[in-house]
Amino acid sequence: MNDFAKWRYALIAVVLILGAIYALPNAFFPQPAVQVSANRTGTVDQALKEKVQGALEKDKLAFKSLELNKDTLLAEFNDSDTQNKAQAAISKALGDQYNVALNMASTVPGWLRAIGANSMPLGLDLQGGVHFLLEVDQKAALDKMQQRYRDDIAGALRDAKIRYETINSSANGIVATFKSDEDRKAAGNVIAKQVNQPEKLGDQPPLELTDGAATADSFPLIAKVRESTALAASRSTISSNLTTLRNRVNQLGVSEPLIQQQGANRIVVELAGVHDTAEAKKILGAQATLEWRAVDENATGAANLGNPGAYEIAKTGNVPPESRLYYMQRIGPDGKPEPIILSKKVIAGGNDLVNATAIPDPQTGTPAVSIQLNAKGGAKMLEFTQQAVGKRMGVVYIERVPQTQIVDGKEVRTFKETQEVINAATIQGVFGSRFQTTGLGQKEASDLALLLRAGSLAAPVDIVEERVIGASLGQENIDKGFKAVLLGLLAVLIAAAIYYKLFGLIADVALVFNLVLLVAVLSLFQATLTMPGIAGIVLTLGMAIDANVLICERIREEQRNGATPLAAIKAGYEKAWATILDANVTHLLAAVALLFFGSGPIKGFGVTLLIGILTSMFTSVTLTHAIVNLVHGRRKVKALSV
Amino acid sequence: MEIFNHDSKIDFLRLRTISIGVSIVLLLISLGALATRGLNYALDFTGGVLVEAAYPAPPEANAIRDTLEAAGFHNAQVTPYLGTNDVAIRLQLGEAGAAKGEAGDDLKKMNQIADNVIATLKAKDADVTKKSASFVSASVGEELKSDGIVAVIFVIIGIMIYIGIRFEWRFAIAAIASEFHDTIIVLGFYALTHREFDVNVLASVLAVVGYSINDKVVVFDRVRELFRSARRAEPVEILNKAINSTLSRTIITALFTAITMIALYLFGGSAVHGFALTMVIGIVVGTLSSIFFANPILYWLGVSKKDLMPVARDNSELARRP
Repeated sequence: MNDFAKWRYALIAVVLILGAIYALPNAFFPQPAVQVSANRTGTVDQALKEKVQGALEKDKLAFKSLELNKDTLLAEFNDSDTQNKAQAAISKALGDQYNVALNMASTVPGWLRAIGANSMPLGLDLQGGVHFLLEVDQKAALDKMQQRYRDDIAGALRDAKIRYETINSSANGIVATFKSDEDRKAAGNVIAKQVNQPEKLGDQPPLELTDGAATADSFPLIAKVRESTALAASRSTISSNLTTLRNRVNQLGVSEPLIQQQGANRIVVELAGVHDTAEAKKILGAQATLEWRAVDENATGAANLGNPGAYEIAKTGNVPPESRLYYMQRIGPDGKPEPIILSKKVIAGGNDLVNATAIPDPQTGTPAVSIQLNAKGGAKMLEFTQQAVGKRMGVVYIERVPQTQIVDGKEVRTFKETQEVINAATIQGVFGSRFQTTGLGQKEASDLALLLRAGSLAAPVDIVEERVIGASLGQENIDKGFKAVLLGLLAVLIAAAIYYKLFGLIADVALVFNLVLLVAVLSLFQATLTMPGIAGIVLTLGMAIDANVLICERIREEQRNGATPLAAIKAGYEKAWATILDANVTHLLAAVALLFFGSGPIKGFGVTLLIGILTSMFTSVTLTHAIVNLVHGRRKVKALSV
Repeated sequence: MEIFNHDSKIDFLRLRTISIGVSIVLLLISLGALATRGLNYALDFTGGVLVEAAYPAPPEANAIRDTLEAAGFHNAQVTPYLGTNDVAIRLQLGEAGAAKGEAGDDLKKMNQIADNVIATLKAKDADVTKKSASFVSASVGEELKSDGIVAVIFVIIGIMIYIGIRFEWRFAIAAIASEFHDTIIVLGFYALTHREFDVNVLASVLAVVGYSINDKVVVFDRVRELFRSARRAEPVEILNKAINSTLSRTIITALFTAITMIALYLFGGSAVHGFALTMVIGIVVGTLSSIFFANPILYWLGVSKKDLMPVARDNSELARRP
C-alpha cells in the first residue's frame, strides 16, 4: 500500500534541494574588508592598488587579499581589529579623493550569488556598530510653517491696504482681528487669492479659513494649517532628510549603511562596523543651508568680450573683489567640478525657502522645480530680478559639519564647511516669491528639489535613540547564538529518537530540514539575523516537533485500538492533520501580531516565527509522511517502531 | 518508550474547584504584584541610559554602585551578567528631564552621562572597558507599550474569531480566559521577582500566548471529536477523556519545547536570558492551564454534543436546480 504519488516525492525532493542550496550561503562567513572607491576626482587603477599596498606594508598590517574590481578596490583582512587599523592607514595615505569604507566581504561562491543565493545580513547585535533613531520635530515644523503664513498674510494685507488690529500665530492657528465685518471679508478674499494658493492645481489650499466669534468692535479671522498640508510637509522633510543622510553617511566610510524611514516621522540609521558615535553623530547632525547669489556675468560672460571666463579665473586666482569663486556640483568637460563666479551679495537664503517640489513645467511639460519663497525672500527676489532679466542666478548649497579640535589642551568647536553650487539658471522674467527652474532632466529636477528642501531647515531632526554595540560583543553573540541553536536542536533530536524510536528518527530528519528551509526562506527574503531572531529559530524548532508528537501519539492510539500498522499510519496522519492545522492557524495569528511592531527586534522575531510555522507544517507533516511511506509502504509491516 | 499510562483515567474535572481555586489565587497574587510593585520596565520602555562595561575580574555590583553614588550618579542599577565579568549599568533621567519635546536636550545629557560613567569607573579600575552604550528617549518607549497593547488586542480578537468559527463560542471564551490566565501569571512572575522587563521579554510573552493557544486547541480538538463520535455524551466524561487521551502529547511537547528553551537559556548569553526564562515559565503555566483551567471553564459554559455537530448542508436549493 502506498498512497503517495511519484510526483509528490519529486516535489518534496525539489523543495529540499532548493532549500539546501539557498541555505548554503550562510555557511560562508563574511570576511572583514576595507573597500576603497573614488570620489568624483579620484580614479581606481593599478597605481591606487600599489599605493594601498604600500600603506598597509608600511604599518605592517597583514592582509589576506587585495583585489581590484571595476571601480572599487577591496582589501580583505583576517580580523576586525586589523580591518579598523587598515581603514585608518589607507584613508590617511589616500586623503580626501577616495572613500575608504569598512565592509564585510561576502565569501559566498560566485555560482551561488548568480542564482540569487546570499547569506542573511547580520543585525548590529551580531556584528557590532551603531544604531540611531532620528525623529523629525513635527511640532517645530508646524510652528515654523504657521509663523511663515502669518508673515505672508500680514504682508498681503498691508499690500492690499486692509487695516487689521492684531495678527498672531497661536496654538489654534493664525488669528487676525479686524475692526469691521467688511474688512474681514475683504481680508478673506485677499488671503485666498494671494496666500492660500494650492501647491499644485487641483490640490486643496494649504490653509483653512474660518470666521471667529465676533464682538462689537472685533472681528477675528482664523487661518489654520490643514492637516494634509502639515502631513505633506513632514513627508517631504523625511524624504529630503533620507537623501541628505545617505550622502553624509558616505563620508563616514560605511559601505552598506541602513538608512530607512520608520513610521511617519522617524528615520533609522544603522552603521555596521562604526564604533565612534561621536564622529557619526557629527556627520548626522550636520546642518545644511542655501544661498541664492547672482552670477558675476562681467567676470564669466562670453570670453570674446574680454572677460577672462571662470576657468581662467580659477587658474589664476584673480577673483574680482565683489565676487567669489565657487565650484558647481556638475562635472565640467575636463572631468572636474566646473568653476563659477558668484557675487558676494546674497539675494535670499535657506531660511526664506518655503517649499521646493519637482513638477512638470506647466508650459512645456518638461521636468522643472517649483520654488516658493516667503514674503521677505520674495520681496528681495523681486527687487533683484527687476534689474537682472537675462542674467544668471546660482544656488549655493552649504553644509556645516561640527568638529571639535583640541587646541592648547582645550576643546574648540569648529565647523567644516563645504559649499557647492547646485544650480545656475538664466532669469527669464521678473518674479517674486514663486518661480520655477526649468531645463532639467527628471532625476536632476528631483535631486535639486531634495537638496533645496534639505537646505531650507524646515524641520529640525533629533536623535531619539542611540545604541552602540562593540565588535567583540557581536562576535560573542554569534558564537553563543550558534551554540544555542545547535545544542537546542541536538537535545530535541535525541529526546525524539529515544521516545519515538524509528518515527522519532524520521521526525528528526524533518526537524533538521525544517532548520534548513527556515534559513533558506529567511535568506531569500534577506531578513536581517538578530539575537531575537535566533531565539525565534530555537523556539520554532522546539515547537515544530509538536506536529510529530501529535502524529506519533495518534498512531500509537490507533494501534492500541486494534488498527493494522499501515491503517494506523494512515488514520494517524489523517486525524492529526486537522488538529495540526487548527493549532498552527491560531499560532500564526499570534506570530502576525508580532509584526504589528513597526520595527526592531520584535518584528524580526515575528518574521522568524511566522516563516517557521509554515516550514514546519511542510517538514513535520508532508516530509515525514513521505519518508514513512518510503520505509513502510512497499512491504508488509508486522509492528511499527513508534 | 512511554512515560505516561495511555489508559489513564484521571478525573481532572472532579478537581475543578481546587484547580480553578489555585488559578484564581495565582491570578490574584499576580494582579496584586502588578498593581503594587508593577513591572520593572527596562530602558526600552522608560527611556534612559544603559552602559555595559567589561571588567578583568568578576565585579562587585555594590562597590560599583557606591563608586557611582559618590560621583553623583544616584540610583544607578548595576546588574552583573552571570557567568561573565560584564556589568550593565542603568540610569534613568528624572521625570522632568524625560518630558516630551526635550529630546534634543535629553540626548546631550545622556551622552554626557554615558561618558562620565565610564570615566568614573576607569578612575577606580583602569582595566574597565566600555562594551556598549545605549540611550532611548521616553516617547519611543511609550510607543512600544502602546504597540504591545495593540498586538495583544489583535491576538485576542483574531483567536476569538477563528475559534468561534472553527469550534464554537464557548471554546473561544475558554481559550481567551486561558490566555489571560497564562499571560497575567507570567507578567505576575516578572512583577514579583522584579526582573527586568525588556523588548525581548515582551516578544516572549506574545510567544507564550502563541504556545499556549496551540496547546488549548489540541485539547479542544479532541473534545469536539469525542463529542461528535460519542453516542452518550456526558460533558464531564467527554472532557476528562479528552484531557487524558491528549495528556501524553501535552506533556511531551511541553518537555521538548522546554528543552530547547533551556538550551537557549544556558548557551544563548545574556541577550536572550529573559526570553528563554519567560518561555519556560510560559510553557509550564500554559501546560497546566490546558489540563486544569481551560476545560473546567468549558464545562461551566455548558458545552454539549448538540452544539458541536457539523451543520447539515442545506441542499434544498441545490436539489431544485435542474
